[in-house]
Amino acid sequence: MRTASHSPERLNDFVIKFANVNGTGSASANTLMMKSIFRMGVPVTGKNYFPSNIQGLPTWYEIRVCADGHMARGSHVDLMMAMNIETYAKDVREVRPGGFLLYDSTWPRSALLERDDITVFGVPLARLCNESFDGVRNRILMKNICYAGVLAALLDVDLEVIRNLVTEQYASKPKLVDANMKAIDLGYRYAQENLPCPLPLRIRRMDKTQGHVLIDGNTATGLGCVYAGATVGAWYPITPSTGVMDAYKGFCEKLRVDPVTKERNFVVLQAEDELAAIGMVVGASWNGARAFTPTSGPGVSLMNEFLGLAYYAEVPAVIVDVQRVGPSTGMPTRTQQCDLMTCAYASHGDTRHVLLFPANPAECFTLTVKAFDLAERLQTPVFLLSDLDIGMNDWMVPELTWDDSYRPDRGKVLSATEIEALPKFQRYLDKDGDAIPYRTLPGVNPKAAYFTRGSGHNKFGGYTEDSAEYQEVVDRLVRKFETAKTLVPEPVLEGPGDRRIGILSLGSCDGPIREALVRLAACGTEVDYLRVRAFPFGAAVEAFLAAHDTILVVEQNRDAQLKSLLTLETAVEKRKLVPILHYDGMPMTADFVTDAVLDALGRGTRRAAG
Amino acid sequence: MTSITKPKIAHPSLPRNELGLTRRDYEGGMSTLCAGCGHDSITAAITEAVWGLSLRPENLVKLSGIGCSSKTTAYFVSGAHGFNGVHGRMPSIATGANAANHSLTYIGVSGDGDSLSIGLGQLAHAIRRNVNMLYVIENNGVYGLTKGQFSASADVGTKSKKGDANVQTPVDPALLALSLGAGFVARGFSGDKKQLVPLIQAGLRHPGFALIDVMSPCVTFNDHEGSTKSYAYTREHYHAAVEADYVPRAETIAVDYAEGEALVVPLHDGSEVRLRKLELEFDTADRAKAYSYIDAKLAEGEYVTGLIHEVEAPEHELHAVNRTAAAPLNTMPFERLNPGRATLAKLMARYR
Ligand SMILES: Cc1ncc(C[n+]2csc(CCOP(=O)(O)OP(=O)(O)O)c2C)c(N)n1
Ligand code: SF4
Ligand SMILES: [Mg+2]
Repeated sequence: MRTASHSPERLNDFVIKFANVNGTGSASANTLMMKSIFRMGVPVTGKNYFPSNIQGLPTWYEIRVCADGHMARGSHVDLMMAMNIETYAKDVREVRPGGFLLYDSTWPRSALLERDDITVFGVPLARLCNESFDGVRNRILMKNICYAGVLAALLDVDLEVIRNLVTEQYASKPKLVDANMKAIDLGYRYAQENLPCPLPLRIRRMDKTQGHVLIDGNTATGLGCVYAGATVGAWYPITPSTGVMDAYKGFCEKLRVDPVTKERNFVVLQAEDELAAIGMVVGASWNGARAFTPTSGPGVSLMNEFLGLAYYAEVPAVIVDVQRVGPSTGMPTRTQQCDLMTCAYASHGDTRHVLLFPANPAECFTLTVKAFDLAERLQTPVFLLSDLDIGMNDWMVPELTWDDSYRPDRGKVLSATEIEALPKFQRYLDKDGDAIPYRTLPGVNPKAAYFTRGSGHNKFGGYTEDSAEYQEVVDRLVRKFETAKTLVPEPVLEGPGDRRIGILSLGSCDGPIREALVRLAACGTEVDYLRVRAFPFGAAVEAFLAAHDTILVVEQNRDAQLKSLLTLETAVEKRKLVPILHYDGMPMTADFVTDAVLDALGRGTRRAAG
Repeated sequence: MTSITKPKIAHPSLPRNELGLTRRDYEGGMSTLCAGCGHDSITAAITEAVWGLSLRPENLVKLSGIGCSSKTTAYFVSGAHGFNGVHGRMPSIATGANAANHSLTYIGVSGDGDSLSIGLGQLAHAIRRNVNMLYVIENNGVYGLTKGQFSASADVGTKSKKGDANVQTPVDPALLALSLGAGFVARGFSGDKKQLVPLIQAGLRHPGFALIDVMSPCVTFNDHEGSTKSYAYTREHYHAAVEADYVPRAETIAVDYAEGEALVVPLHDGSEVRLRKLELEFDTADRAKAYSYIDAKLAEGEYVTGLIHEVEAPEHELHAVNRTAAAPLNTMPFERLNPGRATLAKLMARYR
């Protein structure tokens, strides 16, 4: 063991990183650690950096403990749990000076990799577990649980909290509770006897997690679909969106199955590809069900033709795009916001779509419900643009709640009596001046019948190749998009709004930006911050753009797609917009934002600015 | 709530179905296809079949892809909703629509290009999923709407209008459907309405995916000498192995067949299809035999028409497998779909 000379006390404010091998069951140990800290009232967030692989490749998990409640990825590692020999050299380098590293000392590691500015602890995890457990697989699993025990001792995590969690998790398999607790105790006792417990970085009980939950965005989105009353889900599996359908299906199997007859109030269709998935959603929505499809970039590419049909024939559809990295297959297990343009203008011809931008799992829940209301109100596709960071990582957010007085906005669907009262039904008339026509469903009344087509049609729904008739319909669609501006969620403003400089951003950039704002203020840089929550941009976005001399547009893609949308779709002068771009696939950090903002404003870097 | 179309002015002597509607009440818009196009005859057969079944127009849903054939959904039963989607993707729209409301009758009309080239995948998977619908392929061996290119059903050696011979092996929709496990497979000819109408009726009544491949000559691009999909060639080579009569529920007792002459296929609603076998070499319930029989006939250049295969297995239909509620999902009240505030509060315990 080597002890670094300088280890400042860091209560409830540090980052632990776990370097593991994919498929060894490390996830449950890491989650156990995170939840224990959460239950001790200390804000935490977890980020999983995993490979596109099922077994054998390196995978990392990062827990940020932050008394102030910042949810962004931390920029440094204070404690490394180095369980993967393959990545050991890299993992050692990543620890910040004064930090700690733990490794399995059953097998000695090269002294070359040691650093003298960090503290390295060796714990013979494999040996301890081999002595206490039988079976190869079991020993590997228990080794991970064992290090959770070591960490509990080092970080002063309450063993009782851990025990409760383990008991809850294996409520139906008491034998596993004993085995897991035995492994925890093994590690805990070893650390108590051999290591300087607790460390200067450790946990102290707080009460800052009351009323909060740890949940990932995909689960919240799936739950949103259930609560919105969606009955048809169609999909083709793709990382990182798969969790949405898993959650929807899981909740439905609990909540939407008649306990006596076993009849199900939902259908999940695993399509043959994304073309079929969106086709199913279009068919179901056209026929009056709330239907959705979760996907990611490659899926959206395949869905394009149908999205144009839904736009032009005015059929509702909800598409959840959990964005991943890059063109083509890219990096499926990394995060980006790179589908803004492709979703905004999906399909050939003049098309424009409504997009919603959740910033965290809590908003995934509320905006998913909103997506269904908007799709049916506007009779058009609506995208929920989440991303891998929001979708697959556990975030601490206020508990999801539901207002029982909510009624879904099913839009302008004529009832049997309304149809009966009409002399004649015509599909695409703008009767209310909001450019939204009325629709009817099959099976209700023969007078309600109309022919839905993606080919040229006039305002009566009839086939046309007449220029004026064609144009009349597509011009109304432009006005309908204007109506959309008044219906989509408002942006969120931080700051007084009258500062010279503003940051404009969206989605998962929110956490790092909010944290950066605190730091920028501390070094004398006060800026306003507007987080847009939807496309098309409404009046509040226009006002923000008009009111600021310089607008820093922060986003996670290479080509400044949000900035492009702003220049295309608002009155802003292009020269006022300064792009701040992050696109390496990792979640953004507050350090990145702070430096980039100072740099963009010509105020040197954060460190230089002190 | 449903209501019946006010009958259009019709001669009092026009025959009426059980709903009191005449054939006129089942007509659609004016066809814009070429005069003599086989597809128009199929439209007429569908109109006749639906009228004969006394289906309420509003309870029929018409779906199609893109092509001359796909246009025809606008030319029958104007009291039914229609959806003319994108090329080759009608099956997915039908699947979604059916998922939302399984109480309606779904008819999909497609072409050989729409179904066997661009849409082969979707057709195959709609069969596998066993979506309850009638799927009609109006098969002319060419892409009519894009002016006569060979389609995937063109026979080897058949000549295009310009004289080129097709070299690629064809996809036969009936063999395809049989191999994928479709519960109802039939083949008809647009020129034989007498045979086609009962096939359509039986297909509409079949509780699951029903496919009818209808040979339907394209008079403009594929009706010349040297084409194996022309009227003349088809008339000469189609082989009515089985003649089918659809017998509505009300008449099942009245219609009399001599013992041994007809094979009765009862349908789930009490009506039946009576087959008069012209060939006795195969049994429609035996998929393998049906396959080898029509395959062998194809090798001889003969298209076996009639009901090729039927097995009623309602338990394999999409909703039966899913155990979907009896009430259509699109009519489900929100209160039954939304678990409410208290349940959410309970669910949240898992995330602490
Ligand atoms: C994505 C796409 N590609 C190409 C076309 C052009 N296209 C329209 S109809 C058609 C072929 C139709 O052939 P078939 O289904 O056999 O119908 P038919 O006209 O012969 O009845 C093609 C290629 C299209 N509409 N969409
Ligand atoms: S081109 Fe051929 S398929 Fe199309 S309408 Fe004319 S005859 Fe029919
Ligand atoms: Mg064709």
